[in-house]
Amino acid sequence: MKLALFADIHSNLEAITACLAHANALGADRYAFLGDLVGYGADPVAVLDLIEGHAANGAVVVLGNHDAAAIGRPDEALNRNALAAVAWTRAQLGDHQRAFLASLPLTVTDDNILFVHASAAAPEQWIYVSGLREAQDSLRAGKATYIFSGHVHEQKLYYTGADGKALAFHPVPGAPIPAAKYRQWLAIVGSAGQPRDGNSAACYALFDGERERLTFYRVVYDHTVTIRKIRAAGLPERLALRLERGA
Amino acid sequence: MSANAEPGDAIDGFQLGERLHVGTMASIFRLSGPRGSLPLVMKIPRLGPGERAVNVIGFEVCRMVLGALGQSIHHPTLVAYGDVETTPYLVMEFVDGVRLSDWLDRAPIPPEEIARLGSAVALALDDLHRQDAVHLDLKPTNVMFRATGEAVLIDFGLARHGHLPDLLAEELRIPIGNWVYMAPEQMLGVRCDPRSDVYALGGILYELATGHLPFGHPHSVAELRRRLYRDPVPPKSLAPGIPEWLQEIILRCLEVDASERFSSARELAVALATPAEVALTERSTRQRRAGLWTLARRRLAAMRFEPAPCPPPSTQSTVPRVVAVAIAPQESNERLRGALRGAVKGVAAARPGSRLACITVVPPAATLSGVGDENSATGRHIRRLVELRTWAKPLELPEERVTYHVLESDKPASALVDYATMNDVEHILIGAPGSGAPPRRFGGVCAQVVGTAPCTVTVVRPEPED
Repeated sequence: MKLALFADIHSNLEAITACLAHANALGADRYAFLGDLVGYGADPVAVLDLIEGHAANGAVVVLGNHDAAAIGRPDEALNRNALAAVAWTRAQLGDHQRAFLASLPLTVTDDNILFVHASAAAPEQWIYVSGLREAQDSLRAGKATYIFSGHVHEQKLYYTGADGKALAFHPVPGAPIPAAKYRQWLAIVGSAGQPRDGNSAACYALFDGERERLTFYRVVYDHTVTIRKIRAAGLPERLALRLERGA
Repeated sequence: MSANAEPGDAIDGFQLGERLHVGTMASIFRLSGPRGSLPLVMKIPRLGPGERAVNVIGFEVCRMVLGALGQSIHHPTLVAYGDVETTPYLVMEFVDGVRLSDWLDRAPIPPEEIARLGSAVALALDDLHRQDAVHLDLKPTNVMFRATGEAVLIDFGLARHGHLPDLLAEELRIPIGNWVYMAPEQMLGVRCDPRSDVYALGGILYELATGHLPFGHPHSVAELRRRLYRDPVPPKSLAPGIPEWLQEIILRCLEVDASERFSSARELAVALATPAEVALTERSTRQRRAGLWTLARRRLAAMRFEPAPCPPPSTQSTVPRVVAVAIAPQESNERLRGALRGAVKGVAAARPGSRLACITVVPPAATLSGVGDENSATGRHIRRLVELRTWAKPLELPEERVTYHVLESDKPASALVDYATMNDVEHILIGAPGSGAPPRRFGGVCAQVVGTAPCTVTVVRPEPED
């Protein structure tokens, strides 16, 4: 099994298309979309239709905070630009897309894997797993051997040491990491649709279950197309600039 | 269970042969049976009740790091491995060779032999460091030599690979590894500095040169910490025959502050391979250890000791790179000399940390026809050096950024390429053939260098005259 993991796609059709193509070329045969399918970008309908198609074929999809906001669940944590994008997105969605988003669970468990957008400690509270303490909480609450998440946009791998405490590792793109199942691993796969680490390439990860190997990737895509669409849609300029700077 | 494996047992289809080694961490068996041409060994860790937890993690680390390393002559290839929970084992290439520890029984050994062995180990370390890995458990029993002379690093149980999470990061309350050769920063939990391996190799060189350990056998963390302020007895005072260059190299490796050591294992390998070019400092002639005053001062400083930051991964290395310029002996074409200077200036400016090596190649002394002062090898050597210095002077580069080399060889192109390979030269600049007034030996050389150099080569041609 080669499981491709995508998070924080944020209505960026070009980025998710490029990541899917990259994963397929590497033999991915399962997909998981880890929330925040929409928000920020100009292609919510196309992205949701694409993901729904994969869901119909067995892909895992969980709900993110932007997805929840887009179907009317209030979220005080969102900033001005995010709220503007949420309002715009809401207007684009048809009944069909709304129903799809409303059907999404907060978590999915499959054998020894837990899929969740933010922290497994309280999935509905959208806690950012941005440090060792939060990672440890998520690992303890999630219990699963592998927890795959998004919400935080930078790629990061947390794992339990011999004393049960969480340790952090900043993954090197393309370098496979043996992730043996007698430890716990929490992978933040990075944002496909809005990277924020100064590199505009889209993030995703690939998990090889048989070989217990996890590899993080960065995929270069044509963000100029995405930027043009964001501007044409009249979304805040900052959301366009971010994609170019990757920050 | 595999912990009690015996010769003759079969594990996952591998037939155990002779037991080669029984250690505190693992047993090693030759594998027999037709499994391809590569001779193999199986390493079985001692796990289970009563065995230390670090054995388990060490086994996992060894598998991860060896698995992440590319194939190389400098470390064994990992062929297969078993599940740590059910049947833990590693199947690796059988390295047929002699352990470095075998030389220690004869220590002190001659400086030339130390240089040869040390340089080979440093090259193996450099290979590892360039892959963003650090060994962190370098000791004489963890180094083997192939019959062809290359050093092979074995036992990666405490190693760190920059592409992999560090499973040993948390196990640091008591410094893990061999305390005899452990670098000060490693003792404090730093596990990302390749210069820790340079330090350990310095300890081994010390032992080979003197027959003594630089810091004895520490039995407690307090004793181990002593190396933060107590300098080792200078090797020359234990074995007066040790040349200055060797003492310089050893003591530089053993500097407490990693930034005072050789900046890379490659630099150390080059120093050991070319003793005549080692820049000698006060270290080279030191006769005794620091006095009480200095010691007291250092003890105070040691309490606040902050390890130097780890150098960035080798992919974006800040280790000074070498730019080499090849100049034909007695090159008289001023326009070509000027054009070479212009080109070198551009390259040097674009690489702020780089070092410039000015090289010329002369035929070996023995093939010279004339004898006497004018043509004596030394006289000729000095004249060529002066020529190089004269050429480089207008560049106005700081002294420490330029070196001058007169290589002796009948094959100038091979000599240049060998130099570039050994010194990890990043860029060679060479004058174009036919741009000088008389046809010169360097003509065909240029094409050969372009064809065989391990790096970028720029062929410099002066602009045509109006």
